[in-house]
Amino acid sequence: MEGQAAMNISCQRCNKSKATVHITDTVPEKRERHLCEDCAEQEGVIIKQKHHTTNEILQQFIKHKVGAAIGLELESISCPQCGTTLKDFQTNGQLGCPHDYVVFRDALMPLIERAHEGATHHVGKVPPTAEPVVRKQTGLVRLRRELQEAVEQENYERAARVRDEIRALESQ
Amino acid sequence: MNLEKLSNSTGEWLRGEGPMSDVVISSRIRLARNLADHPFLMAASSSERTEIYRAIVQQISAGAAGADSMIFDLLEADSVEQNLLVERHLISRQHAAGEGSRGVSVSADERRAIMINEEDHLRIQSLRSGMDLESLGRDVNEIDDALAAKLAFAFDRQLGYLTACPTNLGTGIRVSVMLHLPALRLTKEIERVARAARDMHLAVRGLYGEGTEAIGDFYQVSNQTTLGKTEDAIIRTFSEKIIPKVVEYERTARDTLARQHSARLDDKIWRAYGLLSNARRISSNETHALLSPIRMGIRMGRFDRFDLKTLNEVFLFTQPAHLQKMLGQTLDEDERGIARADYIRKRIG
Repeated sequence: MEGQAAMNISCQRCNKSKATVHITDTVPEKRERHLCEDCAEQEGVIIKQKHHTTNEILQQFIKHKVGAAIGLELESISCPQCGTTLKDFQTNGQLGCPHDYVVFRDALMPLIERAHEGATHHVGKVPPTAEPVVRKQTGLVRLRRELQEAVEQENYERAARVRDEIRALESQ
Repeated sequence: MNLEKLSNSTGEWLRGEGPMSDVVISSRIRLARNLADHPFLMAASSSERTEIYRAIVQQISAGAAGADSMIFDLLEADSVEQNLLVERHLISRQHAAGEGSRGVSVSADERRAIMINEEDHLRIQSLRSGMDLESLGRDVNEIDDALAAKLAFAFDRQLGYLTACPTNLGTGIRVSVMLHLPALRLTKEIERVARAARDMHLAVRGLYGEGTEAIGDFYQVSNQTTLGKTEDAIIRTFSEKIIPKVVEYERTARDTLARQHSARLDDKIWRAYGLLSNARRISSNETHALLSPIRMGIRMGRFDRFDLKTLNEVFLFTQPAHLQKMLGQTLDEDERGIARADYIRKRIG
């Protein structure tokens, strides 16, 4: 938190909000100014970062990328299981069935990556009934990432432990 | 629908206890799951929807989610009953307003609520008063295991649990924590905290989740990324990093107010009490906004006309559906405003 002195100054431009941006101009003359973020942005002193929810990002993304994809051969494809098309997804923001993730994978992957901070692989829980090969695969993805992290952090003890786990899982 | 058992108590999320409960109202974890051999709801016909509903209810009735689960069929419920469940944080607004076969299974202590046929076939939720994410994580995992032993969930080796919307894919987990941040609002630092949270890919919302504004200084913080991290890692980000930090900021802001602006602080608290105990007509939002500084006053030892338990009861029972259920009649907005003010004066005046 900021000091009390700074906390109590109100914006010199609008006189309403609390000044959180403190500037010392040197040209044309030396002077101090105290502005709120909105006024600072209007004066071009700072650029406020716009925040969008994942849903907004998703909607935008569906419009542009999936929209572009629809112009190509994907337009004619509908899921053989549920009949959903990419156009339906574009309209509703929801898919029709689990198989859509197979049929439309190429169109969906960039969107999935974008919505999940670049992630493309699940590393969490696997259904207890899932076949062993799935459990193995998911486990390996997670462990390899842990190995990379451990190496980056120069935690070689942990890296060695993770490497052994990877070998054990690979030989299963 | 028999809601009598529920509507007489304040339920779990407003119990006002648990770790960090001076700042953390409640915590919740939910898992999104879908049956592997059925379409998602967007493409399901009305009969498929009913089939999905029945398949899930059958397993829950057989005890998969605990022996004491009550199932509320939302198709049979009227709008007051539906909103009562929303006000108790057992279902989302979207679920109440939805259509077709859908419902919710609620445990007797209201710590578990499983929404059936909301956006996904299953939304397994566990909630607690205060900050208690570790036990919530164990609890949803246990329910998930019990249901997965009977129902095959849609799962992909690369993408994890498959959901109707790709934003919930992977773990299907959503961790959310309801925070009471009146001091950060008063010191005008709330926007900075909210921005920092958003920079960490978290969503900041109001009291009733998606699409609602923050009323009375109550904010809900939740994760948006569900793929590429383990459930544990997502939970730990909240319990070890984000929440303790926000709680510390709020406590520091309360201390600062008490030390440097005590008259202003007490004025805010007692003025709110003055309004609440004298109003003749009041909205639900205004009630929440006025209860907010009083809650802070109670937790800071600066207010003693009534206790936290009473405050929580007033908070819950003055909401539209609870008010009408309590009075046993349907009221329009104007009548509710008068009935609400009468009830508040009786309780705290």
